[in-house]
Amino acid sequence: MSDTTNQGIPEPEGASDIIETDYVIGQDNIETKIGPFGLDIHNPVFVISGLAIVLFVVFALFAQDTANAIFNGSDVSETCLAGSFCDLGMRAWLTSKLDWFFLWSANIFVIFCLLLIVTPYGSVRLGGADATPDYGYAGWFAMLFAAGMGIGLMFFGVLEPVYYFGTPWGDEPLGVVRPFTEDGVLIEENIAEARRMALAATSYHWALHPWAIYAVVALALALFTYNKGLPLTIRSAFYPIFGERVWGWTGHIIDTLAVFATLFGLATSLGFGAQQANAGLEHVYGLPNNVTVQVILIIAITAVALISVLRGLDGGVKVLSEINMVIALLLLLFVLFAAGAGGILAEFFAGLVAYAQEVIPLSNPHGREDTGYMQGWTAFYWAWWISWSPFVGMFIARVSRGRTVREFVICVLLIPSLVCVLWMAVFGGAAINDVIANPETSAVKAQVIDSYNPPLSLFAMLESLPLAAITSTIGIILVIVFFVTSSDSGSLVIDTITAGGKIDAPVPQRVFWCTFEGLVAIALLIGGGLGALQAMVISTGLPFTAILLLICVAIFKGLRAERR
Amino acid sequence: MFSKIMVPVDLAHLADLERALTCAADLANHYGAEITYVGVTAPAPSALGHNPKEYEARLTAFAEEQARSRGIKAHEFTAIAHDPTTDLDDTLLKAVKQTGADLVVMASHLPNLTDYVWPSNGGKIAAHAACSVLVVRG
Repeated sequence: MSDTTNQGIPEPEGASDIIETDYVIGQDNIETKIGPFGLDIHNPVFVISGLAIVLFVVFALFAQDTANAIFNGSDVSETCLAGSFCDLGMRAWLTSKLDWFFLWSANIFVIFCLLLIVTPYGSVRLGGADATPDYGYAGWFAMLFAAGMGIGLMFFGVLEPVYYFGTPWGDEPLGVVRPFTEDGVLIEENIAEARRMALAATSYHWALHPWAIYAVVALALALFTYNKGLPLTIRSAFYPIFGERVWGWTGHIIDTLAVFATLFGLATSLGFGAQQANAGLEHVYGLPNNVTVQVILIIAITAVALISVLRGLDGGVKVLSEINMVIALLLLLFVLFAAGAGGILAEFFAGLVAYAQEVIPLSNPHGREDTGYMQGWTAFYWAWWISWSPFVGMFIARVSRGRTVREFVICVLLIPSLVCVLWMAVFGGAAINDVIANPETSAVKAQVIDSYNPPLSLFAMLESLPLAAITSTIGIILVIVFFVTSSDSGSLVIDTITAGGKIDAPVPQRVFWCTFEGLVAIALLIGGGLGALQAMVISTGLPFTAILLLICVAIFKGLRAERR
Repeated sequence: MFSKIMVPVDLAHLADLERALTCAADLANHYGAEITYVGVTAPAPSALGHNPKEYEARLTAFAEEQARSRGIKAHEFTAIAHDPTTDLDDTLLKAVKQTGADLVVMASHLPNLTDYVWPSNGGKIAAHAACSVLVVRG
């Protein structure tokens, strides 16, 4: 650290409202060399989060039954009361007992974001009044999509609409009618209503609510970094609430939790993603479905992610995200035209209308009979999005400098919502068409309704269309590349947090986190424990939900100061 | 022989740059050349400024101080990189063109094992810049 650090910071030029604090970015950092590798890490966040992650992996590996019992509620003794904590496990207990809290919080985030669009606060520019956007619309949009949601669209695009359409397990959204009799025979008059509700219920999970969660976190970080001059790390968003304490242990804990949720979230998804990709490869090419193939897949995904982080934000992450969006768009267009563009587009508009009609009943947690849907799906999804929000939010913040708040909210909330509804209408619509047209032979029906086999749902739908061999291969590639784009942006985020908000930390650090993530995934895949740790990550959704509500207050305070 | 010398500086690690700064100033005095100090910053806040504008002000102060103490004519040039860790070389190469420099004087670390994997900044600039590059070991 040079002696120039405390000299010559001029007064801000009225364009933004810098928060005066004695904290200097990097003041707690250790700059050192281990062998030939230079390091610049935050003390103690780097070390604590690294060690805690290793400890939890060891715990999950060597005490698998205990870990599963705590987080997933596999009842070994069979003495637990139905519905108790030890019967359900932490994740299911949270989503069933606190469903109202998750649903109401998500509603508040949506209302908060919509209010920002219409109030004068929307005109505040991130980065100060004279800032210009760092990225054009295409690159910006591709990055925020690829980091936060791409992989989910691949996995749930067919699964979710079809599941709601014909579920035999009593998870019908709002108790909608089933289009099948007990024997699997179609009931003609129920089809239209079941189909409408399937689209509305799926859109509800992928449109405004998840994106509002991401937008709140991203907006807070962008505001407090680019306008207030605080370091680019999660704790900065809490400055209006905790004051100078965010630089002490309060902040260390917040940042460590964020690193924790991000790394385990990515590693467990990477493990499950490898299993999905493997299932696809087995289905299409007849490759063996075993741990060896999955480990090779994880190594390949991590290797590509490594190249991407080594090439940096512009040369790696952005390029890969853009390539990904182009391939995804081509697949979307193919399915659209192959399944009959007119019918599917009508489905899209019908989906929008159904979403608008049903979004309020679906987001009301009180007096509902359909707990299978509301707790098993909605509350689970909300906890899941929220546990991912530190990572996705921070990445969105990093690439959003120069936008006004209004532009930011419209582009992070409304446009992705439309794209998600379109995606679900196209993939879900094509799949439901197939189920209705060939109830006897449909592969989609076989994989989703008759036997629940989620990883194969996408490929089953593609089989019902022409050129299935080609499109299935593209599907597998997309799944893999979407993982790469989550993995590389996640590594950048973790690296920045563990470097105390410095974004110019030495290269070996981002290599470390990217590799570490792959290793954790491999260890959990071989040793077991993926499910338990993923349940644990989703459980972190609860404290983060409370934290996000506080963040809304912080954003409001910050924006008000900005307008003065 | 040289009329515009570009000196990349890292304001957070000025102590490591001392030899390169002295060497550049001596050359500037010898050839009657001007020096442009180039700093690379990210849009996000750092220890050196809440935003690029503050960083630029600090770099200007540094250039003025150098001009005064070393008796040379000095300018500053602030380049912005989204991801300085990886974009540093390309940003500096662009700055060579933008400043119209005919000589780059820059500090380098002692080469070590990692240089086989990640080439040093000095090495890459020397390999790709159109003008002469003098890499000064610290």
